[in-house]
Amino acid sequence: MRRIYLDHAATTPTRPEVVEAMLPYFTDAFGNPSSIYSYGREARGAVEEARTKVAELIGARSEEIIFTSGGTEADNYALEGVAYANERKGSHIITTSIEHHAVMEVCKFLEKRGFRLTYLPVDKYGLVAPDDVKKAITDKTILISVMHANNEVGTIEPVEEIGKIAREAGVCFHTDAVQTMGHIPVNVDKLKVDLLAISAHKFYGPKGVGALYVRKGTRLVSFMHGGEQEKRRRAGTENVPAIVGLGKAMELAGQEMGKEAERLAYLRDKLIKGLGEKIDHIRLNGHPTKRLPNNVNVSVDFVEGESMLLNLDLEGICASTGSACSSAILEPSHVLLALGLPPEQAHGSLRFTLGRKNTEADVEQVLEVLPGIVARLRAMSPLLKTQK
Amino acid sequence: MADPWSLYSEKVMEHFKNPRNVGEIENPDGVGHVGNPVCGDIMELYIKVNDGIIVDAKFKTFGCGAAIATSSMVTEMVKGKRIEEALKISNKAVAEALDGLPPVKMHCSVLAEEALKSAIEDYLGHQKLKKRT
Repeated sequence: MRRIYLDHAATTPTRPEVVEAMLPYFTDAFGNPSSIYSYGREARGAVEEARTKVAELIGARSEEIIFTSGGTEADNYALEGVAYANERKGSHIITTSIEHHAVMEVCKFLEKRGFRLTYLPVDKYGLVAPDDVKKAITDKTILISVMHANNEVGTIEPVEEIGKIAREAGVCFHTDAVQTMGHIPVNVDKLKVDLLAISAHKFYGPKGVGALYVRKGTRLVSFMHGGEQEKRRRAGTENVPAIVGLGKAMELAGQEMGKEAERLAYLRDKLIKGLGEKIDHIRLNGHPTKRLPNNVNVSVDFVEGESMLLNLDLEGICASTGSACSSAILEPSHVLLALGLPPEQAHGSLRFTLGRKNTEADVEQVLEVLPGIVARLRAMSPLLKTQK
Repeated sequence: MADPWSLYSEKVMEHFKNPRNVGEIENPDGVGHVGNPVCGDIMELYIKVNDGIIVDAKFKTFGCGAAIATSSMVTEMVKGKRIEEALKISNKAVAEALDGLPPVKMHCSVLAEEALKSAIEDYLGHQKLKKRT
């Protein structure tokens, strides 16, 4: 059976060009970048070249880039690093109610450690109001963290406006750009951010590597203690092949992003339109236009997400849901609840995230298969009857 | 490539793909409604009883794969059983009949047991009323 992968927000396949660029650094060019002989210098050169590529694409200086093990580490480092470096200045942190767990759980952790957190609400499309950020700032505020785009519903936040507010107030501003990097333009000066987290495997790079942009002059306590790598900010021998892969993925994204985003947005809109035409009682989650070019998130009334996913998988289609039937807490996605969805609609959510290999035929296949699945599940749903 | 269904046993998937006894019973002798939208599982179980024996059982379920499979299995297990035997069916028995459930899905089997008990209690309640009148 032909498999159709529509979960690119979860992860993407590593591009062959990226793998090819990485390969020499496992074997022939295996040196430790901290060594002074030729093998070491070779590896050091590759790491610094990758750093330049990352910096160039986001409009930063290479010395402002710290390599990490991925997006989660970059977010953890940014939040904890700033919080503990500014303890004397204040203990108030502003974030949103729709952040990825890599930010949200750090905030909860810091809250337990005595920091005061403000979780800003979002509107029904998932948008944070810059004015809410402005109002939340006090003289004790040391950090604002607002994601660039949401991983579940694809809403692109007004980061630039919030950056302006943060800068005027003199508060450090972090954004989780894991979902936008490599997909839409990301420029640290335009967005006015001081910290920005990225992850390679979300844009066809390898897993296990990411980066944190740290604007020059931003105070941060070290996250990983040990050797002197990354200017003592992140100790540990560099993951050279993965860092090279990240650099290559950035380079390719820089060359192809614009055209690809256009192509994906066309497929996205075709899928959204088709689902609306073929299935009744279905709604789009997230913003209709301020949304990632590859994100489709819908709630299908009267049916539960996992049962739709299992049926789609039987047809070879891989997607995702905000239903939490398989998580221990049983509560549906905090993002969908923050958008104001009632729990049953949050449980009935489906997310399709398109990618490079997807074609119009893939979209047509979803539109061919999903209506039947929904009809079958609705026939056994006790919710439908109570609505009649 | 790992088995994509390693989360669920073959039997769970079989009942998920071809659920038995889907639907409602007209003029049922007992109905059980359990679950809530917050946890994402809602089950309705209908029974028809003749001379103290459950002669038919049907269900309607909003929920995940395990919720649908346990609903299907519990309706299969109760058919032909006496009321007092049916009351002894535990969630573990339902899960075992499906060759096990992942730990995070055990609550679905609890829901299936509760749906059955609720339907039987409904039936027994009607019986008491009948005796009084």
